[in-house]
Amino acid sequence: MTETEIYSQSDSEQQTIKFYQTGTFTVGNRLLNEEFRTVQATQERSNSIDSGHRACQGCGQALGARYALDTAMRVTDNKIIAANATGCLEVFTTPYPETAWSIPWIHSLFGNAASVAAGIAASLEAKGDSETRVIAQGGDGGTTDIGFGSLSGMFDRNDDVLYICYDNGGYMNTGVQRSSATPGGARTSTTMPVGDHPGSSFNTGKFLPEIAMAHGIPYVATASVHDLHDLERKVEKAMSFHGARYLQINVPCPLGWGSQPSQTIKLARMGVESGLVPLFEAQYGELTNSTKIRYQIPVEEYLKSQRRFAHVLKPANVDQLEMIRSLAEKNIKRYQLL
Amino acid sequence: MFQIRIHGRGGQGVVSASELLSVAAFEEGKYSQSFPSFGSERMGAPVQAFARISDSNITIREPVMEPDMLIIQDPTLFHAVNVFDGAKTDGYLLINSSRTTEELGISEISSQYPDNHVMILPATELAIKYIKQAKPNTVLLGAFAALSHIVQIPALESAIRGKFPKKIAEPNIIATKAGYNMIMKLLQEKKQQQGA
Amino acid sequence: MLYQISGSIAVANAIALCRPDVVPCYPITPQTHIVEHLSLLVKNGKLKNCTYKNVDSEFSSMSFCIGSSAAGARTYTATASQGLLYMMEAVYNASGLSLPIVMTLGNRAIGAPINIWNDHSDAMSVRDAGWIQLFVESNQQAVDVHIQAFKLAEALSLPVMVNMDGFILTHAITQVDMPDQELVDQFLPKFVPRQKLDTNAPVSIGAMVGPDAFTEVRYLAHHKQKEALNIIEQQAEEFAAIFGRDSGGLVKSYFADESDIVFVAMGSVIGTMQDLVNDLRDQGHSVGILSLRSFRPFPATAICQALRNVKQVIVFEKSFAVGMGGILASEIHMAMQHVQNINIHSVIGGLGGRTITKKSLHKIIDQAEKGILECEVFMDLDNETVAKELKRQQDAPSSGSVAENILRDKGVVSASKTH
Repeated sequence: MTETEIYSQSDSEQQTIKFYQTGTFTVGNRLLNEEFRTVQATQERSNSIDSGHRACQGCGQALGARYALDTAMRVTDNKIIAANATGCLEVFTTPYPETAWSIPWIHSLFGNAASVAAGIAASLEAKGDSETRVIAQGGDGGTTDIGFGSLSGMFDRNDDVLYICYDNGGYMNTGVQRSSATPGGARTSTTMPVGDHPGSSFNTGKFLPEIAMAHGIPYVATASVHDLHDLERKVEKAMSFHGARYLQINVPCPLGWGSQPSQTIKLARMGVESGLVPLFEAQYGELTNSTKIRYQIPVEEYLKSQRRFAHVLKPANVDQLEMIRSLAEKNIKRYQLL
Repeated sequence: MFQIRIHGRGGQGVVSASELLSVAAFEEGKYSQSFPSFGSERMGAPVQAFARISDSNITIREPVMEPDMLIIQDPTLFHAVNVFDGAKTDGYLLINSSRTTEELGISEISSQYPDNHVMILPATELAIKYIKQAKPNTVLLGAFAALSHIVQIPALESAIRGKFPKKIAEPNIIATKAGYNMIMKLLQEKKQQQGA
Repeated sequence: MLYQISGSIAVANAIALCRPDVVPCYPITPQTHIVEHLSLLVKNGKLKNCTYKNVDSEFSSMSFCIGSSAAGARTYTATASQGLLYMMEAVYNASGLSLPIVMTLGNRAIGAPINIWNDHSDAMSVRDAGWIQLFVESNQQAVDVHIQAFKLAEALSLPVMVNMDGFILTHAITQVDMPDQELVDQFLPKFVPRQKLDTNAPVSIGAMVGPDAFTEVRYLAHHKQKEALNIIEQQAEEFAAIFGRDSGGLVKSYFADESDIVFVAMGSVIGTMQDLVNDLRDQGHSVGILSLRSFRPFPATAICQALRNVKQVIVFEKSFAVGMGGILASEIHMAMQHVQNINIHSVIGGLGGRTITKKSLHKIIDQAEKGILECEVFMDLDNETVAKELKRQQDAPSSGSVAENILRDKGVVSASKTH
């Protein structure tokens, strides 16, 4: 976040007010100059996902998807089509016979969103429609596990699709099972903290943004729902490219993480500030930008408000805490986060 | 209906030969069919291909079980495969070799064929001479035409031109004609011998 | 115009005549030559305005088709055997979403043991998937039925699978009359999708349907297939009127209504049967054939009508349900349950590419005429080899793999290219 100077517009006696955090969180949009307001503050805002959907309280994915797709709508003049993998987002937006989507939207299967989206892009190409753009979206299970082959194929062919992965670190829709994106040590219903080996094993996950970069695709970025301006900027940037693009958004899941719904934004921010969730951008396989950590916090601060890590903080499991710490340090070094 | 079975090894153009035969027959306004023995397409592996030529529509799909014409593109197959399986001994036998039936050890079966129905020619040598490759298939197609008159040289020429680019087609056409001429010459010699 | 070409090239050219917008492809024997030739036609500009993509798997291929068809593109792909199984989830999805995709299935056996040759196990594995499944007897029919397939798919908004015997048809070079582009354009109108992902009229496709509505949605899929029975017949007539050829339709009788003994079968084996039946009828035998050209929808009424005067029905099929028996045979049984005085035999043959000879088929007819044909026959089964393996299993608890044991017994080497 940048510091922003805000001028009171009410009286002649000008007073300079400095807000530390602007945008969607601390400071209401009303107090900001128009250029600093989020898309949601305008009456002409896009509305990709209507209210009334069935997401849980404090769902990070609902927020992330709404902001990402609204931005995509805005920059394409509402000309987007979305393909969705099976998962929470699909289920909570389309309880038959209702739909929350105001854009053309298709759900086919769990592991094929990238291929379906690529097919849509091919159809547009065949018909000479260069205006309409295509977005694929899925959770981390649908992206890093079952849909991985399809996604890699889409990257390899450089299909004109922006793939958005909403990463909450597990199969939350089916009852919180481990995915290959589940962080080391985290408890899930298939990695219970019992026996000699509490929680999920370490360093077995896939960090897909790096794999996407290895394909050399035009644009790869990570984002977090605590900084929606940054998220919007990255979607906008992604839409300025043609070809395969990948955006991974860290989305807290109160149900799966064992956190308070009211803490979603805070947790997302803490993830970033602890170094466990690096925010960066890459173009054609090269890192181009990373978001510096403003106030670094110890990883314990982040872990302690999530039940999935409760066992990690017990003295007997100090080695696990150390491993999580070293992961944060590795990220800080790799992406120059400080 | 005239049925042909070609035996050879992967890489010798066995399947192409059956295809060219069927296309040549088609060019002459006949019904024809060709297909390979499926699957074993590795270089050097025994391969069979089949062709049927008829004046009426062909519906049968089984491999050629009783060939009117048996073409052996590689004589080493005599020891590997029962090439004579089902062969009609009132039909024809065409072998690519520079040896005699006795030397090849097949005189017992070849003697059952009518006079002038068994022909041996060094097709690989001719192929190397004309197309600079050890692919005896087109030489044998010319020989087939001379021996059976089921298809004629112009139709084979046209089939070869249709399948291959000019650079490959032209030497193959020369090779086809060489095979044809060699058999015609052999037949003439035999007739003279028989006449004498 | 007449050509002497392979089945695969003929089909690729026929697809091009249908002007597909999108073709994703993934190679698998024996359909590969079709998609290879299509890639050539797109690259050399003979097939215009078509997006051709090499994809990463059959699952992706059908998924690609789903996206492209849902976005309003006329979409085609081809597969076979293991490829069909690998895309299975998307196969069901395409029909569930009512997307008019056309796919060629170059029929091939399913492993293990791995086998690249022809039978109908792959087609039968998707018999409940909700696709229209048509079978062709020859390469001419393959060409004609593919053209009808697009019209049928788009009229019903349902995917259509054209089943074409792998190798026996795909790799056979025969005479084919390729239709003129103008006539194909006349027969096959421009694709107007029933549903479409369109930014001007946004819809959500693929919502979750619960117990309150699922039965109705599924019933309507069944209803649609029954509707297809009429449309398939109508389109075959329309096709005949324009192109002057009998291709397609539900069933084709070859002396079936005037014979005592009738083969019922699907695909290229009909050709060999015709050759045999011609010979036998010349000798005064009362034998005929009923070719089943539409397997889904299953034309039960047309079958009953065609076989009403038959004494013995011999259902010949190139696959079977392990632990049950002939699949087609049991469906024919069900279709004819009210027909009196009829004997239905199930003959299974041609598995994994085993040659179906006229001689073996003749033996079957011979046994039927003598009244000694059994209810279930595995044609040309090597009983000796089977007995030997059964004994081996009885004698030793660790008797090893059946496939390898039998290969050793038979002294053959399974030498072939694979997947």
